[in-house]
Amino acid sequence: MSTTATSRAPAKTKFGGTLYRGREGMWSWVAHRITGVLTFFFLFAHVLDTALVRVSPESYDTVIATYKNPFVNLMEIGLVGAVLYHALNGLRIIAVDFWSRGPRLQRQMLWLIVAVWVVVMVPGAFFMFKHSFEVVFGSK
Amino acid sequence: MTSSPELAPTIIAPRTPQRRTRGRTNTELYAWLFMRVSGILLVVLVLGHLLIMNILDGGVQRINFGFVAGRWASPFWQVWDLLMLWLAQIHGTNGLRTIINDYTRKDQTRFWLKMALYTASALVIALGTLVIFTFDPNIN
Repeated sequence: MSTTATSRAPAKTKFGGTLYRGREGMWSWVAHRITGVLTFFFLFAHVLDTALVRVSPESYDTVIATYKNPFVNLMEIGLVGAVLYHALNGLRIIAVDFWSRGPRLQRQMLWLIVAVWVVVMVPGAFFMFKHSFEVVFGSK
Repeated sequence: MTSSPELAPTIIAPRTPQRRTRGRTNTELYAWLFMRVSGILLVVLVLGHLLIMNILDGGVQRINFGFVAGRWASPFWQVWDLLMLWLAQIHGTNGLRTIINDYTRKDQTRFWLKMALYTASALVIALGTLVIFTFDPNIN
């Protein structure tokens, strides 16, 4: 950061940060990296656990049983949320790069994808956790 | 200091096309483009995968060896999974390559981290591909 500092400071906005730094543009980029790395490491584990179908049905079923545990199920919802954010923000990046009005509307598009994320995640998390809820609170 | 015409720095005319250093390629451009093209395909492939595996029809609770055997009996899902594996792994590897390039300071660290990354990726792609092509529903 310090090496790229220019003599002229970027114009401050009335909210504190600059037009980009410390604002939606930067934080969406940070979140994109974190969700991407998270997904990468999960994919590594997921290909290995799926590869157990070449070992025996029992070993595959044993490892898949881990995913059905309520706590792991909760982490799985987190993973789905991370992947969904990465997908939606990726589409936003493509719009910024290729759509002539994209750069000007980057902030509005971020709030749009956040809204879509919430609308998809609320029912998504509900259906994903329904069974775990019944297990934890005793109806199953 | 008096300025002499002989010592005056040569000023290149504005808008002179930048001369390319020998040996430079467009690899980074293709990598950038690949991220966007594969990204769009992965939105469909991965979100579809997550919807089917985690939400529809009982979600993760219904997944076992028999479920995988039923799916991979169809070439459609074999191609889907193969495409998803290759695109996601290359997309993720290029993303991590960018992150390594951004945060490593020593050439040695950068080199070895990337070697580890490429080795892991090649392994995941090879193993995943092998599993999809050699899957045997009657393994036991």
